[in-house]
Amino acid sequence: MADPAGLAFSLHRVDSVPVIQLENVTKTYPKASRPSLDDVSVGIEKGEFVFFIGPSGSGKSTIIKLLLHEVSPTQGKVVVNAKDVTSIRSWKIPHFRRSIGCVFQDFRLLPNRTAYENVAFALEVIGKTKAVSRRVVPEVLELVGLGGKEHRYPHELSGGEQQRVAVARAFVNRPLILLADEPTGNLDPDTSIEIMRLLDRINRTGTTVVMVTHDSNIVNQMRRRVIEIESGRIVRDQARGVYG
Amino acid sequence: MRLKYVLNEVLVGLWRNVTMTVAMIITMSVSLTMLGASVLLYMQVDQMKNYYYGEIEVSIFLRTDVTEAQRTAIDQAISSNPLVQERTYETREEALKRFQELWKDSPEFVKSVGPNSLPESFRVKLKNPETYKTFTDQMTGMQGIQDIIDQRALLDKVFNIFNAIQVGALVVAGVMALAALLLVGNTIQVAAYSKRREVAVMKLVGASNWFIQAPFVLEAVVAGLIGAILGFVALFVGKIVLFDNKLQALTNILTPIDNGNVWLMLPLLAGVGALVSAVTAWVTLRFYLKV
Repeated sequence: MADPAGLAFSLHRVDSVPVIQLENVTKTYPKASRPSLDDVSVGIEKGEFVFFIGPSGSGKSTIIKLLLHEVSPTQGKVVVNAKDVTSIRSWKIPHFRRSIGCVFQDFRLLPNRTAYENVAFALEVIGKTKAVSRRVVPEVLELVGLGGKEHRYPHELSGGEQQRVAVARAFVNRPLILLADEPTGNLDPDTSIEIMRLLDRINRTGTTVVMVTHDSNIVNQMRRRVIEIESGRIVRDQARGVYG
Repeated sequence: MRLKYVLNEVLVGLWRNVTMTVAMIITMSVSLTMLGASVLLYMQVDQMKNYYYGEIEVSIFLRTDVTEAQRTAIDQAISSNPLVQERTYETREEALKRFQELWKDSPEFVKSVGPNSLPESFRVKLKNPETYKTFTDQMTGMQGIQDIIDQRALLDKVFNIFNAIQVGALVVAGVMALAALLLVGNTIQVAAYSKRREVAVMKLVGASNWFIQAPFVLEAVVAGLIGAILGFVALFVGKIVLFDNKLQALTNILTPIDNGNVWLMLPLLAGVGALVSAVTAWVTLRFYLKV
């Protein structure tokens, strides 16, 4: 009891199962002259909030694609939720993806469906019943701050609100990991901060958040772990970093 | 909910691209009609072979100047031949009588034929009609034989024509099937393109592959089934118009087409149409959706 911080630290160590682990990962796209990722090793623990930063073409988006198994590494191992991603049989990949939520710069909402229907669609195409949607969707829309706007279509919502719908859709399944690929890229600074607050709230529920960005403002404000990539290599990995 | 969703997607998909759907159904039905006609013809020829080959005989016509000794020798050769099942002898008078009976509708033709113009003959039925060649070879050397005619050889000529028609129908069926396949592939691509946003989201949230592909594959299957039904109707109508009305005279020779056989085409065409569409759609999706 004399050292509560140390106790917390040791508990943390015991508990520290990396939820994402890249081991010496190299990814070279066909016809590319140099690898997008070059011998990258990094571990991310459950409940962490991690920024991947770096200039365009540095390879940070490739990490997202590797984690989703949209591409396979040329060399090395990608482990997500204690599963070696490369060894997952192709027909099991859809099931694997259900444990990962995704948010993108361009929202990727269905324009002919309301906010509610967009979130419900994500549930129903993986086999959840309408009854489940009716229970869960209003709840998650409330959580992202869209209570009362369930029946608006995407074009009737602001950019920030559309991204909230996308976050709701990514989170409705309670995934272990939330991947966010430049989620604030299309938003003004104030709206971006609101989205970050939302992601932070989701992170506090125990969801690991991995965010790719080059929004220095946000990185500096959040003071979370920052991994900087340049030309496919990790050049910085800082626990409470800034954009630098 | 999932079944309802899938069925709804199928109907919407077929309707969204209705001209392409119609083109797909038409080519599919023409191809399947040809396939059905070809199979029916094949069955018909088979049936006719069974029917006629049981009846046919080898006729050995004797020379007009045949001697008594030669005739006896031929008779003995036929009777002692192990290939022969039974033989009958036909005198000139009997031949003439049969001829008059056969052509009784053309008395002038009959009048022009005198009692001596028709040769006497042995009518031989073989145990196995396939052995006629051997039998003919064994007999040809003998004195006093004018000609050996096997009805089978005549029938084969008829059957060859049927076979040619059948092959022709199969070729047309094949070409139309190719066109139908390309149309199915194209329709599925258009459908997948118009639903690319939904598909992207489905892949993102981890919908299973079959769930993503099922509406597209079913769309093709439904079109294939409609094509099969139309093809079957065309076959049935064609059978009634051609064989039951216009060519009824011919059907006396052709042996009638069994209605049961025509009905048999429905499951055949439906099966082929559905399967071919499903496989094409599935293969197209594998290239196009890249799950």
